[in-house]
Amino acid sequence: MALLLKGGRVVDPAMGLDAVLDIVVRDGVIVEVGEDLTIPKGETIDCAEKVVLPGLADVHVHLREPGREYKETIASGTRAAAHGGFTAVACMPNTDPVCDSGSKVRFIVERAAAEGAVRVYPIGAITKRQEGEQLAEIGDMIAEGAVAFSDDGKGIQSAGMTRVAMDYIKRFGAPMIAHCEDESLAENGVVNEGVVSTRMGLPGIPDVAEETMVARDIALAELTGCRLHLAHLSTAGSLELVRAAKARGVKVTCEVTPHHLFLDEDALVGYDTNLKMNPPLRTAADREALVAGLLEGTVDCIATDHAPHAVHEKELEFELAPFGTTGLETALSLVNTHLVATGKMTWSQVAQLMCHGPREAVGLPAMRLEAGMPADITIVDPEARVEVTAEWFASKGRNSAFLGANLLGKASDVLVGGKWALKNGKVAG
Amino acid sequence: MLASRHIMTMDDVTAEEIVHILDTAESFAEVNQRRIKKLPTLRGRTIVNLFFEPSTRTRMSFEIASKRLSADGVNFTASSSATVKGETLLDTAKTLAAMSCDLVVVRHKYAGAPQMLAEVMDCSIVNGGDGVHQHPTQALLDLYTMRQSLGKLEGLRVGIVGDICHSRVAGSLVPALRKVGATPIIIGPPTLMPARPDVLGAEVAYDLDEVLPSLDVAYLLRVQFERAARMPFPSNREYASLYGMNAARLAKLPPHAVVMHPGPMNRGVEITADVADSARSVILDQVESGVAVRMAVMYLLLGGADSGAAA
Repeated sequence: MALLLKGGRVVDPAMGLDAVLDIVVRDGVIVEVGEDLTIPKGETIDCAEKVVLPGLADVHVHLREPGREYKETIASGTRAAAHGGFTAVACMPNTDPVCDSGSKVRFIVERAAAEGAVRVYPIGAITKRQEGEQLAEIGDMIAEGAVAFSDDGKGIQSAGMTRVAMDYIKRFGAPMIAHCEDESLAENGVVNEGVVSTRMGLPGIPDVAEETMVARDIALAELTGCRLHLAHLSTAGSLELVRAAKARGVKVTCEVTPHHLFLDEDALVGYDTNLKMNPPLRTAADREALVAGLLEGTVDCIATDHAPHAVHEKELEFELAPFGTTGLETALSLVNTHLVATGKMTWSQVAQLMCHGPREAVGLPAMRLEAGMPADITIVDPEARVEVTAEWFASKGRNSAFLGANLLGKASDVLVGGKWALKNGKVAG
Repeated sequence: MLASRHIMTMDDVTAEEIVHILDTAESFAEVNQRRIKKLPTLRGRTIVNLFFEPSTRTRMSFEIASKRLSADGVNFTASSSATVKGETLLDTAKTLAAMSCDLVVVRHKYAGAPQMLAEVMDCSIVNGGDGVHQHPTQALLDLYTMRQSLGKLEGLRVGIVGDICHSRVAGSLVPALRKVGATPIIIGPPTLMPARPDVLGAEVAYDLDEVLPSLDVAYLLRVQFERAARMPFPSNREYASLYGMNAARLAKLPPHAVVMHPGPMNRGVEITADVADSARSVILDQVESGVAVRMAVMYLLLGGADSGAAA
C-alpha cells in the first residue's frame, strides 16, 4: 500500500527541511522525500496549503486506565491525541493501581497495541504506589517498555529518597521526570498565592513550592548524573534555575504546558474549576517568562499534562474539585493561534518543541521526515477554524481550560506507522 | 432597590448603596425597639437560610430579620439535610430553585459557594460567609455600629487585629471601609497576613502598640486555629502579649475610640474579659445592629422600596 503526500510545506529541523515537497510512504515507512514524486498506484493526498511535520509527541498525559475509565481510557485518550495531531503519547503512572511494576506496564503496552489510536509509551512510577518511600521495580518496568519514571501528581518529598531514585535510574539511562512541589509549602493551596488567592479567599500555592524542589532536583541531578526532566514548569524562577543549570552542563530538560503559556491567574475571575490545575495558573509575568523561555530554547518541549475528569467531579466547590485540564486536543491549535500565526514562532520550532524536543527529553524513539523512518506524520491545516465546545472533544474529559475559545489551525491528518489515525479532521476507527 | 441582585462580595454594592443600606437599617432598628417587632413588608416572600457550616449568631440574626419582615423563613442546615447523603451543592441549589424561593442566605466552608448558587438559582443570594473569602453583611453591620458609635465613617482609622488571612470578616470589612472613605489597617504577625494585603486595600502593621494611639476603632479577630495548617505563633500567651487587647492597650487608644469583635470571642487570647465587658466595647451593639442591617439588606434586595416606607 503506497501513499503520496503531495505538495505540502514539509518542515523538519532535524533534516533541515522547510519547503514544498512530496513524501512517499510505503508499507508504513517513509521511502522518499523530494520534489515532484509520483506513485504508480495507491492513495494521493493533496497537502497544498498544509504543513507536514514529523509526528508530534505529548510526553505528559493521563490516560486514567486502569482504574479511572470513567474519566478516560487508553482508547479514548489516544483518539484525543490523534484528534490533536499527536502520533505518540507518554502516559503518567498515577492510575489505580499505580503503574509501579512490570506487569502493570505490560498491561498498558498490550491495551495500547489493541486499542490505541496512536503510540503509547508508559512512564513507570519511581516509588511503590507513588508513596515516595520505596523504589518501584525500575528494571522490570524498563524490560516491559517503560521509557521514563515519575511520581507525577506529587513530588517526592524526601531529598534522600530522590537521590536514591536518581542514582538507581541512572543505571538504565532513562530520565527521571520530576513533579516539583514541596507539600509543606503548597499545603492545601488551590490557586497561585498572591493577588488571586487574596482576592478570591482561596488558599494559595506559592511559586517557591515549585522552585525549591526544582533547585533541589537540579542539585541532585548534578550530584548523581541522572537525566532529569522537569514536568510542567510554571514560574519564571523555575526557568531561571533551569537556564543556569543548563549553562553549567547539567543533564536537565523541562516542559511547559499550553495552559501555563496561554493563560494566567487573571483568567480566574469566577470560580471556574476548569481553571484549577496543579501547578496553578501563575502571574502574567510568569507566563511571559515561559513564552520567552520557549522561544529562546531554555524550554525543551511543550507537553499538555492532559488530565481528564468527569463533569460531576469538576462541578464542585473550587477547593473540592480535582486539579487538571484536558490538553491533547487544543495544544497545537493554541500554539498556532498564539505563536505561529502571530509570527513569534516558526513551524520549524513547533516541530522541535512538539516532536524532537519531547522525544529526546523523555526517551521516545526519534521521528524524522526521512527515508527509512516509520511514517509517523502530522499534517496541519494552519487556516482551519476551531471553536472549542464540549461536544468537539474526542476525549471523555470535557474539563478544558479553553472551552469557548476560537482557535486558528488544526491537525487535519495524522499517520501512525503509515496508518490513518486522523483523516480529514476525523479520528479513524 | 440595589443595582445588584445579590450581595456576595463587597464588590456588589457601591458606596452610595452602603449608605442607603445603613440608613434603611436605622429605620428598622427603631422597629426592633418596639413591643411588637414585626412589619408586613416581605409577607409572602420565601427566604431560605442555607447553612453548611455551624453558626449560631449569623443564622439567628438572619432568621430573626426575616421573621420581623414577615417573610416565610426556612432553615436548612447541613447536618439535617441531603448533604449528609452526599448531595452536591449544585444539586441542593437546583432542588431549592425548583421550590421557588426569593432569597437565599448561604454560609459555606468554601469560597465561591454563593457564586455557584447564583449560577443555577433564579433568586437573590446573600453571602452569609464563604470560607475565608467574604462575609459582607458582617462588614455592613460593623459599618453601622461604627457610624452609630463615632458619628461618621469617612476618615476613620480602623485597626483590624489578628488572624487576617483566615478571616472572611476582614475580607469584606477592608474593602467596605475603603469604599466609605475610612482607612483599614491590618495588624498582626506576618504569619497571619494574606499574601497580598495591597489587593484588599489595607495598610499593614506588625506592631499593635505603635498603631493604637492613632486608631478610632480597634477591631479584634478571633484566631481561627482550626483553619491553620500549623501554629502561626509560639503560644497563646505570646500572642496575647503582642496582640491581645487588654486594659493597658485600651488606655493607649484615644478616649473616643471603641473596641469591636465579630464574635465568638476567645477571652484571654485576643481580648481580655475586662475589655470585652467595658464601656468602650460595642461588641453587643454589633450583634444588635446585625438584625437591623440584615432586615435592610433583605428588604432592599427584594425590591422593598416598592412596598412603601420601611417603618
